[in-house]
Amino acid sequence: MPKAKVNGVEVEFESGMTVLQVAELAGEEIPRFCYHERLSIAGNCRMCLVEVKPGPPKPQASCALPAADGQEIVTNSAMVEKARKGVMEFLLINHPLDCPICDQGGECDLQDQAMGYGRDATRYAENKRAVEEKYMGPLIKTAMTRCIQCTRCVRFVTEVAGVSEIGLISRGEDVEITTYLDQAVVSELSANVIDLCPVGALTSKPYAFNARSWELTKTQSVDVMDALGSAIRVDARGPAVLRVLPRVNDAVNEEWISDKTRYACDGLSRQRLDRPMLRDGGRLRPASWTDAFGAVIERLRGAAPERVGVVAGDLQDAESMKAALDLFGGLGVTSLDCRQDGVVLGGAPRESWLFNSTLEGIEQADAILLVGTNPRLEAPVFNARLRRLWLAGKARIGVIGERADLTYDYDYLGGGPFGVAGLADSDSAFARAFKGAQRPAIILGQGALTRPDSAAVLAAVATLGAAIGVVREGWNGWNVLHTAAARVGGLDLGFVPRPGGKTAREMTAEGALDMLVLLGADEIDLSATDAFVVYLGTHGDAGAHRADVILPGAAYTEKNGLYVNTEGRVQRGERAVFPKGDAREDWAILRALAERLGVRLGYDTLDQLRERLFADHPTFGRIDFAPGSIPTKLDLSSLGVAGEVSPAPFASPVKAFHLTNPIARASVTMSECAALASGLKLAAE
Amino acid sequence: MVGILEDKDRIFTNLYGLHDWRLEGARARGVWNGTADMLSQTPEWVCDQIKASGLRGRGGAGFATGLKWTFMPKQIGERPHFLVVNADESEPGTCKDREIMRFDPHRLIEGCLVASYAIRAHDCIIYIRGEYVLEREHLEAALVEAVVARLIGKDNIHGWDCDIRVTHGAGAYICGDEMALLESLEGKKGQPRLKPPFPAGAGVYGCPTTVNNVESIAVTPEILRRGAEWFTKFGRPKNSGTKLMSASGHVNKPCVVEEAMSIPIRQLIDDHFGGVRGGWGNLKAIIPGGSSVRMIPAEECEVALMDFDDLVARKSGLGTAAMIVMDKECDIVAAVARLSYFYKHESCGQCTPCREGTGWMWRVMERMVTGEAEPKEIDLLLDVASQVEGHTICGLGDAAAWPIQGLFMHFRPEIEQRIAQYRTRRANHPGATLIAAE
Repeated sequence: MPKAKVNGVEVEFESGMTVLQVAELAGEEIPRFCYHERLSIAGNCRMCLVEVKPGPPKPQASCALPAADGQEIVTNSAMVEKARKGVMEFLLINHPLDCPICDQGGECDLQDQAMGYGRDATRYAENKRAVEEKYMGPLIKTAMTRCIQCTRCVRFVTEVAGVSEIGLISRGEDVEITTYLDQAVVSELSANVIDLCPVGALTSKPYAFNARSWELTKTQSVDVMDALGSAIRVDARGPAVLRVLPRVNDAVNEEWISDKTRYACDGLSRQRLDRPMLRDGGRLRPASWTDAFGAVIERLRGAAPERVGVVAGDLQDAESMKAALDLFGGLGVTSLDCRQDGVVLGGAPRESWLFNSTLEGIEQADAILLVGTNPRLEAPVFNARLRRLWLAGKARIGVIGERADLTYDYDYLGGGPFGVAGLADSDSAFARAFKGAQRPAIILGQGALTRPDSAAVLAAVATLGAAIGVVREGWNGWNVLHTAAARVGGLDLGFVPRPGGKTAREMTAEGALDMLVLLGADEIDLSATDAFVVYLGTHGDAGAHRADVILPGAAYTEKNGLYVNTEGRVQRGERAVFPKGDAREDWAILRALAERLGVRLGYDTLDQLRERLFADHPTFGRIDFAPGSIPTKLDLSSLGVAGEVSPAPFASPVKAFHLTNPIARASVTMSECAALASGLKLAAE
Repeated sequence: MVGILEDKDRIFTNLYGLHDWRLEGARARGVWNGTADMLSQTPEWVCDQIKASGLRGRGGAGFATGLKWTFMPKQIGERPHFLVVNADESEPGTCKDREIMRFDPHRLIEGCLVASYAIRAHDCIIYIRGEYVLEREHLEAALVEAVVARLIGKDNIHGWDCDIRVTHGAGAYICGDEMALLESLEGKKGQPRLKPPFPAGAGVYGCPTTVNNVESIAVTPEILRRGAEWFTKFGRPKNSGTKLMSASGHVNKPCVVEEAMSIPIRQLIDDHFGGVRGGWGNLKAIIPGGSSVRMIPAEECEVALMDFDDLVARKSGLGTAAMIVMDKECDIVAAVARLSYFYKHESCGQCTPCREGTGWMWRVMERMVTGEAEPKEIDLLLDVASQVEGHTICGLGDAAAWPIQGLFMHFRPEIEQRIAQYRTRRANHPGATLIAAE
């Protein structure tokens, strides 16, 4: 390995690294503004200047300079100090220095580096520049006078988000970052520019003037807005979650999160169910836990087990589903289902419902077929990964399903199931690439799996997969992209109908059940059911609307819980705040209900519950592990039921990206975004 | 004799447009003569000849042209090679390439063919300044003539396919920087790219590219025709050859002239430009290379030579050899302030020191002009200039700092006096009544 000297200390580095990276290897801190690991190198802020020998007798931008064997890098010389001081001064002369009223204060790169590398006083006697405010939509608040033109935001939206909606116009000291036409940035990832902005030019609009970063309690957790399980940090003050930020997890979300993940959090304090309720004379009225449990138990005792059904929703943690299984399964209930949308997966080997290539591993694929999925809406962060793959020219992507703007080019192979069948015999460019690929991958979306003919569609896709050989030595290209955070966990637990049991859709039919228990299930049509509905959940949404008894539960920020993402990666969500009002953690409610019923579940604490969970379902015991890395013998021919398919095109289950779950639907910010996305005009109040 | 260079040794024999610029006229002046012989040699031979001639880039930086050509890959790989001719001549006071393109376009075109051959390029793009309309028309007409005569293009009589195109800029000074030029050529905003990678590795469209000034390219065929040795006869060692030089400002006959390198500045001005307005004794200072170098005061002009090394030793530079002559009537501070405004206006805004520093320097300079500035601001200004110089992506930061540094290097007492005068005048102006500001 090549070696370089950093301030006289020799370090070995991998060839291809930049001088900045080598200096960091040696433990030297290099200040920077424009450089970001996950964006292209701009080299324009000039903050990272260092002295490099051999080289010209002037400081070099270390972020852009490839390190070479035998190089001498100096980061503490007078030349470097002068360069840093100079650049710092230039950045500050036209910066408003309004830190006391700036939301970035306390987490501002400019502030921190000015402390570390700047001068103590200003020498600038001229008037400061002011820049006209820009509109960037309901999420991004701008104060463009603060902008230091590092162009991180421009590079992010262009390279990662794939929309060229932010740019740098004009030149010289008149340059401005702008959305050109003063329109909102139309991207599901747009708000990441707020994190990227090293100064307070782009800040969070919904969070504006709410809190200072040092007042917040920071809790590391995972996201439940889609099935990726992005790593997040929940920032709360007192009982309120004020914001959600991404954490770095290269295997899942790198360091991006979708706008929904970030901004649905105001929905956590609206429309909340904070006390038990009973329906009395057609109206819901507040009740005590005792009364609520009493009403449930009375009905439960009067109903035959086969006339009772349990549906788990999309945001449930594994523990509460386990407790529900133990409780209701123990009572002899067979109608258990975690698939509100009627997905045809479950029962068969675990690999059949996992994203087996893993989110990171998909970058090894050289041909990818998307079936019935719109990843831009269903998993925006993952879509950015596909875009990067496409940008690098590493993979050819084909789509069967919606012809949507995915921010990359693809071969369109038809809208419905016929495209799947046709592909095997096709001689199209994509078909040739797919058949000849070393690592072909199929990404099967919920749009293909939730139709009446989905069993046949699944069989057709599995047949195609088997013909192509997507599962082969050292590679598993069979991938299901889920949309619900709880789905894989539910399927792993076997939260599916027992023999003789009804599916979620059958349970909601008229006269199907006497009693229906909904664990946060809101995405199911309840208009026909005439059962007694018990709703255990967090928000006054569809389920609570129809409920006869409401048991207030805890949202994902209010409980410790396990979630399994679409890859089968078990991740831990942590409690950031306490449940609202009288609400309790879901598993504890079920445990208390069991107690009242005189049923012993065998656990009194969450730890005991987890112990039981790990014992019964060993896959849950391996936290942060994606099984994609273990060799598998998935038999694709066992999947689905061969049969007639309808020619109707696949439609993504995500119609409105911003409104896919009760938390997001309760969020004002999300409603604004949804209105904007659907072209509705909001009244200016 | 006027000057040093004899008429027989001039390369640009139609510099003043007295003769026909078209193909026939050009041929009569020797252009396209023996081009096939040059191309019958190997590309290495061409590079060696140019190296031996000591030709240094005529665009301002003075990098050895032959050496630059050898940086290109020796074989055409996956990507085609490109020759890009930098005809975006926007340097203040400079109009040498203009004369070549409008009165001797065939010389440039012949040079393009030869240089393309030397770097194994089949494509050559001439990026011409947007304001040069007549020049573009002449160049394009000459290209048509050359293609029709099968001198260039596909299957030409010289046996090296070479497609030459003209594309024009949109009037940005920064696009004269080779990296910004490549960006502009690709249809992007003219902001300099970072080096490395250098153009010879990844230039226009990511292909190996050589970027040369018009004059550098235009002289190469003549060097090959007359031999490298002939070219080295002129000028001091390492500064060889003939060069287009010009003067603007306070000379009696501003013009462009071809002269031998290393000609004394005084001789150049007196012989070719009709002397300084009001006589040599009236000279105050000269900016010898366009505007982007430090000025030299009159006493040094007496002995300075017009070549790269002598002027660098005087902390100035040859630049484009287009001198701006300023006599004692000239408000030299105002002149430099105007240059500062130019650089502030032309800064692309990409990198911090130039974006923020050029505007700051200009504003302080404006106060220097009137004398309103504080005395301590002189050191501040010089410090700011040194914070810009050498810290930017391209050379515009340096170019903005140098005129100011040159001014204060030689005329600092004058400005201090001006500031002092302003202060005195303000307090003790005859008839002034001091009123308390309430």
